[in-house]
Amino acid sequence: MTVQTVIETRVKGLTFATIPAGEGLAKALAMPRGDIIDLISDSKLKGRGGAGFPTGLKWNLAAAEKRTPKYLICNADEGEPGTFKDRVILTDYADLVIEGMTIGARAIGAALGLIYLRAEYAYLKPHLEEVIEARRGQGLLGKNIGGVDGFDFDVVVGLGAGAYVCGEETALIESLEGFRGEPRNRPPFPVVSGFLHRPSVINNVETLAWVACILAKGAEWFKSSGTATSTGRKLFSISGDCARPGVYEFPFGITIAELLEEVGGENAKAVQVGGASGRCVPRSAFSRRIAFEDVPTGGSIIVIGPGRDMLEVAHNLLEFFVDESCGQCTPCRLGNAKLLEGVEMLMEGTCTSEYLHDLRALCNTMQVASKCGLGQTSSVAFCSILDSFGDEILGHAGRVR
Amino acid sequence: MALITERDRLREDVIAIAELTGFNRSSLIPILQEIKAKYGGIDSYAMQLIADVLDIHPVEVYGVATFYAFLRPETEGRFVFRLCRTLSCEFAGKDLVARQLREDLGLEFGETSPDGAFTLTWTNCLGMCDQGPAMLVNDRVYTQLTPAKVRTIVDEYRTLVEEQGVERVSERAR
Amino acid sequence: MSELIETEFPPKGDKTYSPKRRAPLSQLFEPLAEPESLDAIGATVTVTIDGIETKVPFGTTILQAAKSLGIRIPTLCYHPDLEVAGICRICVVEVEGQRTLQAACSYPITAPIRVNTYSKAVRVARRHILDLLLSEHCGDCYTCIRNGNCELQALAEEYGVDKFRFGHPEVPVPVDTSSYSVVRDMNKCIRCRRCVRTCIDLQEVGVLEAVERSNKVRITTFLDKPLLNVVCINCGQCINRCPTAALYATPALHTVWEALDDPTKHVVIQTAPSPRAGMGELFGLPPGTSVTGEMNTALRRIGFDRVFDTNFAADLTIIEEGTELILRLYKALALGDKDVALPQFTSCSPGWVKYLEHFYPEYIPNLSSAKSPQQMFGALIKTYYAEKMGLDPADIVSVALMPCSAKKFECNRPEMWSSGYKDVDFGLTTRELGKMFHQAGIHLPSLPKSDFDSPFGTATGSGLIFGVTGGVMESALRTVLELVTGRKVESIYEQGDVIPVRGFQGIRYAEINVPEVGPVPDIVKHLVPDWNWLKGATLKVAVAHGTANAKKVMEDIKAGGHFSECHFIEFMACPGGCLGGGGQPIPTNAEIRAARAKAIYSEEKTLSVRKSYENPAVQRMYAEFLTDGPCGHKSHQLLHTKYRARGKFIE
Ligand SMILES: Cc1cc2nc3c(=O)[nH]c(=O)nc-3n(C[C@H](O)[C@H](O)[C@H](O)COP(=O)(O)O)c2cc1C
Ligand code: SF4
Ligand code: SF4
Ligand code: SF4
Ligand code: SF4
Ligand code: FES
Ligand code: FES
Repeated sequence: MTVQTVIETRVKGLTFATIPAGEGLAKALAMPRGDIIDLISDSKLKGRGGAGFPTGLKWNLAAAEKRTPKYLICNADEGEPGTFKDRVILTDYADLVIEGMTIGARAIGAALGLIYLRAEYAYLKPHLEEVIEARRGQGLLGKNIGGVDGFDFDVVVGLGAGAYVCGEETALIESLEGFRGEPRNRPPFPVVSGFLHRPSVINNVETLAWVACILAKGAEWFKSSGTATSTGRKLFSISGDCARPGVYEFPFGITIAELLEEVGGENAKAVQVGGASGRCVPRSAFSRRIAFEDVPTGGSIIVIGPGRDMLEVAHNLLEFFVDESCGQCTPCRLGNAKLLEGVEMLMEGTCTSEYLHDLRALCNTMQVASKCGLGQTSSVAFCSILDSFGDEILGHAGRVR
Repeated sequence: MALITERDRLREDVIAIAELTGFNRSSLIPILQEIKAKYGGIDSYAMQLIADVLDIHPVEVYGVATFYAFLRPETEGRFVFRLCRTLSCEFAGKDLVARQLREDLGLEFGETSPDGAFTLTWTNCLGMCDQGPAMLVNDRVYTQLTPAKVRTIVDEYRTLVEEQGVERVSERAR
Repeated sequence: MSELIETEFPPKGDKTYSPKRRAPLSQLFEPLAEPESLDAIGATVTVTIDGIETKVPFGTTILQAAKSLGIRIPTLCYHPDLEVAGICRICVVEVEGQRTLQAACSYPITAPIRVNTYSKAVRVARRHILDLLLSEHCGDCYTCIRNGNCELQALAEEYGVDKFRFGHPEVPVPVDTSSYSVVRDMNKCIRCRRCVRTCIDLQEVGVLEAVERSNKVRITTFLDKPLLNVVCINCGQCINRCPTAALYATPALHTVWEALDDPTKHVVIQTAPSPRAGMGELFGLPPGTSVTGEMNTALRRIGFDRVFDTNFAADLTIIEEGTELILRLYKALALGDKDVALPQFTSCSPGWVKYLEHFYPEYIPNLSSAKSPQQMFGALIKTYYAEKMGLDPADIVSVALMPCSAKKFECNRPEMWSSGYKDVDFGLTTRELGKMFHQAGIHLPSLPKSDFDSPFGTATGSGLIFGVTGGVMESALRTVLELVTGRKVESIYEQGDVIPVRGFQGIRYAEINVPEVGPVPDIVKHLVPDWNWLKGATLKVAVAHGTANAKKVMEDIKAGGHFSECHFIEFMACPGGCLGGGGQPIPTNAEIRAARAKAIYSEEKTLSVRKSYENPAVQRMYAEFLTDGPCGHKSHQLLHTKYRARGKFIE
């Protein structure tokens, strides 16, 4: 084939490039198990998959479970629109990720690791399997890892099949078990009853890579950047209307304006932070900080240039959710479609302000009554666009009757 | 009879995969993936066969296959063109690319060419947002698409089909 | 795949995980570990619901806790017989300190919490959910079969739905009327998946499933084939658990009215035992109120020419099936014939018969060739009865009142024309007959009682208990034991209640000793040259109800287990037996079924004749009509049938 398929993502300032694989695991194997979790808890590492759950706490809960076998699952389903940092990590630093999994397995006592790789990244599967095989060869996976008696752990790669909702941890488990990817009721949480009804920890690709780094460099090193509650640095996937899209690493606490300057998106009208399920932040709020306590994100930043029609943006995002909802629970199954219909009515100028009010209230119901994170967040962008760009939307002649 | 051998071949395939992954429900998706990759679709008999081998109900196989975008039971072309339609790619100009694809493949989105060579469909974010518009052809990714690039890509796949026909060679490493 | 993963599937010794488990786990609620005793520390938790404080066992759901306080939380996808799904979200409540609302049906209380079940957010959310459901609900209540008994309608009323906020579909999708038993009208479906959980988990037939995703999700059959062409066994359990009119039994009531209106027709009805125990529920009586006599009067009032008791035919079934069993046992035990198909399976549940034809066709030889009571009766009505009454069978319309939807299918089987006519013209469900009574302005509870018509008269208690799981077995045992031992069964079991086969446990097993062989009565004496081989024999019998349990037994038999050594097994397709059939009043749950069973057992106690072969009408039948005796030529022609190997693969 003559057409280039080389993936040319711009990658800037990654700590992962400076940390050699092996160091973290070696230190972990020299520690008592409990100390590994204490170290992670001390670092205040929060999940990089979006929800920001403290990793140390999650591991503690899983470690406390008596039922075995336990599973450690790496969530490589990266389906959030505008996110591609996990792809970069898996391409360049798969060793660190698998090392993070091995450390996690040591800490919680997991017998098997599974990487749930999205179908769209199927081309990465051979690469991951090579890395795994190589680690087996080095005695870093398999039986008596690193010479530690009785520490057995192996990793397999499972492929997704094209469903965004399978990034939700319980849907991911359903999918691994061969079911429709429909999120489960929680509680019980996966740490109590996950894959095959066994205690399972699900962590994002990036989270696991950071684990390896924290073991290598220590909690203090990690905490030295970021904010007090959102410690450390974070990978951002930057796309949209900016001069230099790519994967960047910034400390938590960076303002949106600072970030936009780095990537050449200073004249943006708004940024969609956190992918389709995130918030649309208007220019007036660019001084807000990116952190779990301010504007949270799983790392996706889509820059929206001055010429963009915000209604089109809302339409595109809602189309995504109408396609990707699992269709299990009423608010999300039918709500997203109603919102999309509403946006179309706005575009045609057939939406009454009364109906718009109804839709607004519906968003709130979807956010509180949906079964999983998808339905709870799918209307966030629409709401924030209504809030910040109400004038633009309603100002268009004939949009509201 | 040709029919019988076809079915026997299918059974062998299903069992061969199940032997690798286990005769349990967790094998359902891997089996569907392989069958889909090899045959382009999952027909009524295949679903019942898989259900039989895994001891589940055919309707459950149907439910799973229709849930996942990459496991649609309908027979798709040997090469499936999936163009990303999500926000970043939209910003990057996916509409122009889509128009070109429609023209060059002679297909609307959601259609498969009668000779079984191509399917054109939309997909959601492929994780190539910094290099949009992006598209997947089977497992292969194409980025920074332009109408001109699309033309070359389609031409190349056409040549491939002319040389090799529409018979599938499983491209995925087993 | 690595070596490890193979050793982990399935995890050893894990009781909660079964590799065969069919239910999508998302739709399972996993109870948390049960505490040893309620006095243990942490065994109970305090919960405050709407300001009322109470203590509940650890892991109780909010829904259960609220119920115990008399607080009703609305539900749609929840059904007490099924795993919890947590998908309709109508039951959301506010739990203090939680950002989102929680589904009461699936939220286990594991720590002290404060709950508000009707806060503003909750009320608004519930109303929105109803609005959304109605936005895809195509239909009008007054043209709907569930009008007045619909969970969606009731909630719409309760929450004051006064407009279709998010629209209302106008163009209906086609209704699947292919099946003889079940109509699928997906215009009314709210995707609660109760039917899916019924068909996949409870019955393990696996006909219905949710397909596609998002707003395209629909509940359908394999490749959307008509219900007639898939492996549906017509049990109707899905109907009984559907909250709306999306599933209902194929109606026969209009044609039955037509027959009643036609003066040239002689319309007779046979009534099965279970409707009598359920019909009262349609007239506001508490479950478990028997209305046999009142129903007989009402049937005559609406114009039936004769009212017969299906139990008469149940007695015949016992004789025929029992005889068949004795013949099989003789060959196996006395002659040592290894090819005899044992255990013998009962064949009176048409749902079970079809289940076996689809999933275990290789076991068709084990099915008793005796027809079900309904079909035996049908064949006799258009032969014996017609002859006796001097009627042309073509003028007889034979209706069967059944608790069952599969009976509608059964009477349409092409095998069921032994009289030369369609043996049973229509199967009517309890619900349909109730509706006919309502249409005729009949208030059942206030009618005088009356008895069944001759020449078949009142049957025995054995026929009556056919309606309960274990009933066929108990009746058969009573008869077989007495016939063979010459002793009154009362001398073996107190009051003749064969307790070991009673109860609601899914699968029951019993061993019955034949202590002696006494003078065998004439009716069966000639069957075998000698009876002594039975002396000291142990009859091994089993009972299974619900096809999920039947499947367990069949798998065990296939594997050559415990149950393959049985001699006789009773199978019923419906949980609880016929009294829980797909034609019985809605709703259904374990308490209602238990109350119906109680009604049947206590009515049975009042009957003087409790053993089938003692039924004088049965004795007369063999003396006058089936003169070559049970399993004789004539009985084979009229009372026995053949089955078809259907298999589970469909083209
Ligand atoms: C709809 C939905 C999609 C999600 N997709 C992803 C995903 O693609 N990758 C991911 O790591 N986490 C995803 N998550 C979050 C996961 O449920 C889970 O919180 C995360 O994998 C936990 O890992 P962490 O604690 O390391 O972040 C998703 C959540 C929801 C509700
Ligand atoms: S919120 Fe949406 S994705 Fe989540 S369970 Fe409900 S329907 Fe499925
Ligand atoms: S199913 Fe219920 S709500 Fe729907 S039309 Fe019938 S009665 Fe009314
Ligand atoms: S009638 Fe029985 S077998 Fe048929 S779909 Fe309903 S539950 Fe399933
Ligand atoms: S058919 Fe009835 S039970 Fe089944 S999902 Fe629809 S409404 Fe629920
Ligand atoms: S938006 Fe197209 S690849 Fe992400
Ligand atoms: S009844 Fe609780 S979610 Fe449906």
